[in-house]
Amino acid sequence: MADAPHIPDEAETRARWGAFAWTAENAEQVKTIIARYPAGRQQSAVMPLLDLAQRQVGAETQTQGWLPVPVMEYIGDQLDMPYMRVYEVATFYTMYNLAPVGRYHVQVCGTTPCMLRGSDDVFAACKNKGLVKGATTPDGLFTLTEVECLGACANAPMVQINDDNYEDLTYDSMSAVLETLAAGGQPKIGPQIERQTSCPEGGPTTLKEMVEGNHDYRGAWA
Amino acid sequence: MPKVKVDGVELDVPAGATVLQACELAGKEIPRFCYHERLSIAGNCRMCLVEVKPGPPKPQASCALPAAEGQEIRTDSEMVKKAREGVMEFLLINHPLDCPICDQGGECDLQDQSVAYGRGASRYDENKRAVTEKNMGPIVKTVMTRCIQCTRCVRFAEEVAGVPEIGAIYRGENMQITTYLEHAAKSELSGNVVDLCPVGALTAKPYAFEARPWELKKTHAIDVMDAVGTNIRLDSRGRQVLRAVPRINDDVNEEWASDKTRHNVDGLVRKRLDKPYVRRDGKLVPATWAEAFAAIAAVQHGGSVAAIAGDLLDCETMFAGKALVEKLGGTMLEGRQTGLAYDVSSLSSVVFNTPLADLETADVILLVGTNLRWEAPLVNTRLRKAIKKGAKVFGIGPEFDLTYKVEWLGNDASLLGKLPDAVIEAFGKAARPAMIVGGGVLAKDGAHGDTLALVETLGLIKDGWNGYNVLHFAAARMGGLMLGYATAGGIKAVAAVKPKLLFALGADEVDYAAFSDSFKVYVGHHGDKGAHAADVILPGASYAEKAGTYVNLEGRVQRGEKAVFAPGDAREDWSILRALSEVMGATLPFDNFEQLRAEMIKAVPALGVEGLADYGWSIPSLPTGATGELASPIKDFYLTNAVCRASPTMQQCSAELVHGVEFAEAAE
Amino acid sequence: MADETAPVAPPPPPPFVGPLEDRDRIFTNVHGFQDWGIDAAIMRGDWDNTRALLALGQDAIIDIMKASNLRGRGGAGFPTGMKWSFMPKESKDGRPSFLVINADESEPGSCKDREIIRHDPHKLIEGALVAGFAMRARAAYIYIRGEFIYEAKVLFAAVEQAYAKGFIGKNACGSGYDFDVFVHRGAGAYICGEETAQIESLEGKKGQPRLKPPFPAGAGLYGCPTTVNNVESIAVSPTILRRGAAWFNRFGREGNRGTKLFQISGHVNKPCVVEESMSIPFRELIDRHCGGIRGGWDNLLAVIPGGSSVPLVPAREIMDAPMDFDGLKALGSGLGTAAVIVMDKSTDIVRAISRLSYFYKHESCGQCTPCREGTGWMWRVMERLRTGDADLSEIDMLHQVTKQVEGHTICALGDAAAWPIQGLIKHFRPEIERRINERGAPVMEAAE
Repeated sequence: MADAPHIPDEAETRARWGAFAWTAENAEQVKTIIARYPAGRQQSAVMPLLDLAQRQVGAETQTQGWLPVPVMEYIGDQLDMPYMRVYEVATFYTMYNLAPVGRYHVQVCGTTPCMLRGSDDVFAACKNKGLVKGATTPDGLFTLTEVECLGACANAPMVQINDDNYEDLTYDSMSAVLETLAAGGQPKIGPQIERQTSCPEGGPTTLKEMVEGNHDYRGAWA
Repeated sequence: MPKVKVDGVELDVPAGATVLQACELAGKEIPRFCYHERLSIAGNCRMCLVEVKPGPPKPQASCALPAAEGQEIRTDSEMVKKAREGVMEFLLINHPLDCPICDQGGECDLQDQSVAYGRGASRYDENKRAVTEKNMGPIVKTVMTRCIQCTRCVRFAEEVAGVPEIGAIYRGENMQITTYLEHAAKSELSGNVVDLCPVGALTAKPYAFEARPWELKKTHAIDVMDAVGTNIRLDSRGRQVLRAVPRINDDVNEEWASDKTRHNVDGLVRKRLDKPYVRRDGKLVPATWAEAFAAIAAVQHGGSVAAIAGDLLDCETMFAGKALVEKLGGTMLEGRQTGLAYDVSSLSSVVFNTPLADLETADVILLVGTNLRWEAPLVNTRLRKAIKKGAKVFGIGPEFDLTYKVEWLGNDASLLGKLPDAVIEAFGKAARPAMIVGGGVLAKDGAHGDTLALVETLGLIKDGWNGYNVLHFAAARMGGLMLGYATAGGIKAVAAVKPKLLFALGADEVDYAAFSDSFKVYVGHHGDKGAHAADVILPGASYAEKAGTYVNLEGRVQRGEKAVFAPGDAREDWSILRALSEVMGATLPFDNFEQLRAEMIKAVPALGVEGLADYGWSIPSLPTGATGELASPIKDFYLTNAVCRASPTMQQCSAELVHGVEFAEAAE
Repeated sequence: MADETAPVAPPPPPPFVGPLEDRDRIFTNVHGFQDWGIDAAIMRGDWDNTRALLALGQDAIIDIMKASNLRGRGGAGFPTGMKWSFMPKESKDGRPSFLVINADESEPGSCKDREIIRHDPHKLIEGALVAGFAMRARAAYIYIRGEFIYEAKVLFAAVEQAYAKGFIGKNACGSGYDFDVFVHRGAGAYICGEETAQIESLEGKKGQPRLKPPFPAGAGLYGCPTTVNNVESIAVSPTILRRGAAWFNRFGREGNRGTKLFQISGHVNKPCVVEESMSIPFRELIDRHCGGIRGGWDNLLAVIPGGSSVPLVPAREIMDAPMDFDGLKALGSGLGTAAVIVMDKSTDIVRAISRLSYFYKHESCGQCTPCREGTGWMWRVMERLRTGDADLSEIDMLHQVTKQVEGHTICALGDAAAWPIQGLIKHFRPEIERRINERGAPVMEAAE
C-alpha cells in the first residue's frame, strides 16, 4: 500500500477538528444542496457536502483543503448516514483529500494523450522546482500528484492547480506558472499559448464568423 | 413455475428463482464466493458464471440472473470452464501462499474451488500486493492480505447484524475491507463473519492456530447461553471442545450464532469442578465420592428437601433432581434463581408463542421491558427482517440501541394501561401484530397481567396467529416449567421454608445468604457462586459433556449430544443423582440414560417429541396495574453465566466492548 | 388527407460525408468565442419557441428522434430514440422517472462535452427539457465530473438563468409540464461514467456499477425508471427537432447519421475540437482541421480513433477510413466518443498502451475479481514488455489474460482495459518481440 495517503493520527485530528461546524454561508448552501434531491434521499448530498467541507477546511488552513475524520462524521450526522458509508465515499473518489495538502495542489495529467504531447516535460519542470510526486514541498506551497485524464486532451499537456487549468504547456511555461504562484501571483489560466480554448492554434477552420460576433446561422438554414 | 434446461435436462424451478438456484436444483454445483443465501446478491466475485441462451455471447452471473421460461443453461461448456479458470486465476494472483499457517485450511472455499475449478498452476510472476491487518475486536482475527473482497462481511454487518461498521474503502486493487477507523466491531453477532468469510481473512481469534478441521470430532448439540436454543456443532479434539459453530436450522437460528454461543467454550476448561468437595470447619476440602455422599446422607432432613435448577440445565437432569427430591419427601422445586415469581398456571402465557420464523412476517410489534439485542440476539435478527419488510416497532421500557428504529414510548409500566392512540391505531390495522414481553415485565408486579390484558385490545390472536410472546433468557426455563420447577412465591417462598437439604443444580445466580440454614449440595460444573456457598460439591457435566433435552423459549423440544467427557472425576449429573439416591436409600428408578429419558417422557410426554410443544392458549386471571420503571435483567451481555465468567474470551469482550477498556496487541 | 405535421421517414439520401457547412453545425459557440449566457444563446437560436417543440407531443418527439437515427454519443452508439422509448409511458406505481445526463467525460482523448457545457450550455439544458418531457421524466440530473470545476460553475449559472426565464421549472416554457434540472458534481472516478455507477454515485454511494438486469429503464435512480444519456446526445436533440429528422439524416453513411464533435489530440500539428459530418474520411478530418500529421503523413504510426477504450488502428488502415461507427468497427476498432488520439513514429507505442493500462488499473472500482486483479496484472506485464524484461511467451499469456478479463466483468471497464492491449498485440507484435530480443534474458543456472 505504498501509495495510500498517510492519514493523520486520530486523537490529534479530533482535538483540532472535533468542533467543526458549517460557516453561516455554507450552512445556507447546504440547505440548497439537499433540496436538489427528493425527500428522504439526502444521502445523495454526501458528495457535494464533502467537497464543501473540504473547501471550508481549505479556507481555514490556506490550502486546497482536506477531510479530517470528525468533519466526515459531522456530515454523516447531518445526513443520517452511518460513518462507515461516508468514509467509504471519501476514500473511493480521488478528489477528496484524506490527508493535508499544500496551498497549491498541482495535479498533472499523465495519461496517454497528454503523454504524447509532453507531460514528461511538465513533470520535469515540477521536479526541477523541487516538487515530489505524492508529497508537499517543505514550505507547504506545492503538493504534486499525477492524475488521470482531466478531459482537456485537445489542449494537452495540461495541469489542474486547485480550481484552475493551465493548458498547452511546455517545460518553460510550466516553470513560469509555478514561479508565478510561488511569488503569490495568479498566472493566466487556460492555454499558455495564443489559442482560443480548443480551437486549432492559429485560428478556427470552421464557424469563422463567430470570432468577431455572436453570429446567428439560422438565416442560412436550408 | 418457469421451465428451464440445465445441461440438457429440463426442470421446473420456483418463480423468482435465479439461474444459480435452478442449477442447484438440477444437481449441478456452481462455484461461488460472494453469493450467500441469507445475504443480498452482490454478483461481484464472478465465479458463478454460466452460459445462458438466450443472452449475450458472454457468460452470465448465475447468482443474479432470474431464471426465465425457456432458458437453456450450460454449466459444462468450454466457455464456462475457461471463465471459471480465469476468475480463479485472478483470485489467486494476489492471494498469499498462507495455507500452511492459515486457520481456514481444510475448510476453505478457495482451496476447494481452486482444486475443482482452477487451472492447476500459476502464471503470475509479479509481486503480490499486501494489506495491513485491521483490528476488528477480540473475536475476529484478520489477515486482510488473504481477503478476496467478496463483501459478505460488509453485507452481513449491515443487513443481518444491523451495525454498518464494516466497509470496503479505496478502490481497484487497493480496495480493503475494514471496520470504521479500525475500531472493534460492536456487535454480538460479529463472530458470524468468520463463518461467512470464504477464505482465511477473517478467522476466530480465540481459536487461532488451535487445530485443523480434520482432527476434530463433530457433535451436534444445543446452545445454552440463552433461551433461543441455537443449534450448534461442538468440535472437539480429545477431551476438549475447541469451538462451537452454528448448524443450519431455519426455524431457530437460521445459520447464525451469537458471540457468546461461539466463544464461551474456552470457559469449559477453566475453573472446573473436577472432584467432590466437602466443607469441614468452614473450609471446602477435596473428598472422595463416598465421603461426599456420606456427608449428604448424614443430613437429618425429615423430608424438608428442595432443589433449585440453574439456567443451563438439561431436562433429564432436572427430572432426575425432581425425582430425587420427591423420593426424599420434598416438594419444593424452583428454577427462577433471581426471585421472579410470576404465575405459571398457563404455560402458553409465559412462552414465546409466535414461532421465530413467523416473527419475520409480523407487521407491528410492541416491545415491553426487554433489551432484545442482549437477551436473544437471534430473535432480534428476526425482528430486523420484519422491519425490512416494513414492520413498525414500538417500545416501552429503557431505551436500548437495538440496531433498528424503535419508537420508544417511555420507561413507565403504567403505559401498558394507557397506550397512545397511534399505537392502538397501528395495531388495529395490523394483520400480524406481535408483543414481546421481557424479563423486566415478569419482575414487576401487575405488569404481566397488564400485558395479557392487551392481548385482546391489540388483537394479538388471529386465525393461525398468536402474537403474544414472553422472552425468556434462561435455556432451562421452559423445560423447567414443564417439569414443575416453579413454586408459588418463587425462590423467596422456598427460602422462607428453610429447607434442611437443598440441592443446587448448577445454580449460580442465587443469593445463598437466604439459605444460610440449609445444607447445600451443589451439583455443577464450574467453581462459581454456587460452589463457593456449598456444603458439599459434586462435580457435574457441562452442556458439552452430556446428552440432554432442551426446550427453547418457543417451547421447541430439541436434543443435544455429548461431545466430550467431563474433566477429572466429574460425572454426568443424572448419574450423580442416581448414585447418591442409592446411598440415601431412595434409589431412583433408572439405571441408564435411556431409562431416565423414558421415565421423563412418561411423566411429561411432550418432552419426548422433538419440535414445538403445544401449550394451547389460555389467559390466567392475574393482577394488573403496574407502575414505575422496567429494567432489563442483563447488565453485561458477555458474563451472564458461570461458563462465560470462566472464559478469558468473554472476559475480554466484556472489558473491551462493554466497558471500553483498551487492549494492546503484542509488541504495541 | 395526409397528416402534414407527422414526421415523415426521410428518403435515402446520397452519402454526404463532409466537409460540413457551417450552417449545418449545431454547436456554433463550441470554441467559446462568444458569451455562453442565455441572452447570447437565444440570439444564436437556443430556446427558440421550445414550447412548440414540446407541443409536438411526447410520443411524436420520440418518433422524430428515432427517425433521425441519432446514435448515442457517449461511446456505445445505442440508438437514442429507441433508448427513450424504453421508459414507461405512465407511472403505474407512483414512481417518477428520471433523466440523468452523463457529463462525466473521463475517457482519455474525450474533451467535447466540456466545450458544450462551458460554451453552449443552453443547448444542453434545452435538450434536457425536451428529452425529459418526451420520456415523461420528473427531472434531469446532470452528473458532471468533479474536475470540471469551472465548467460546473457555468452550468450551475446557466441552469439558474433558464429557471429565471421560466424555461424550466414549473410550467416549463409555458407548456404546462413541470420539469426540474439539477446539477450534481462528481469527485474523481472514471467509472462513474458507466450508467449504473453514475446512478449509484448520484444516490450518494461509491460509484460501483450495478448488475444488469435489472436495467435502469426499469429500476434506476432511487429505484425509479431512468435513462442515462451523454451530453452531446441530449444537446443535439432540440436542433434535430427543429430542423427535422430528414435534415440530420443528410450527413454520414447509413446507420451512422448526423454530425459529430471530433476531438483530435496527439501528434497532429493542431489538436482541436471540431464538429464535422459523420463518416468523414480520416485524412480529410486531419488535413482540413488539424494541419495534417506532425512530420507528414508518412510519419503516422497508429491512431486510437474513439477514446482509449477502443483498439488502435495502424496508419495504413486508418488513412482513408470513414470516421463512423461501422467504418471503424470494420477495422476491429470503434468510433466511441470520436476522441481521435494520433500517434506518430516518434511514439513509444508500448509505453503509450501501457500508460492506458495504468489508467484502467487506477480507475477500476474494485468490485469484481477480473477487473480488480486483472487490470493490475495486465499493467505490470505491459510495463515489463515496455522494457523488454519478459519472455516471448508472455505476449500470448498477456493476450490470454485479456481474454479472461473481457466479458467476465460486471461492467465494460474490463473490456475497455482489455481491448487496447489486444490492439497492440495484433498490430505491433514485432515491436514487442524486438524489445524482448534486444534486452536478452540472462540465462541463470541453479543456485546463481
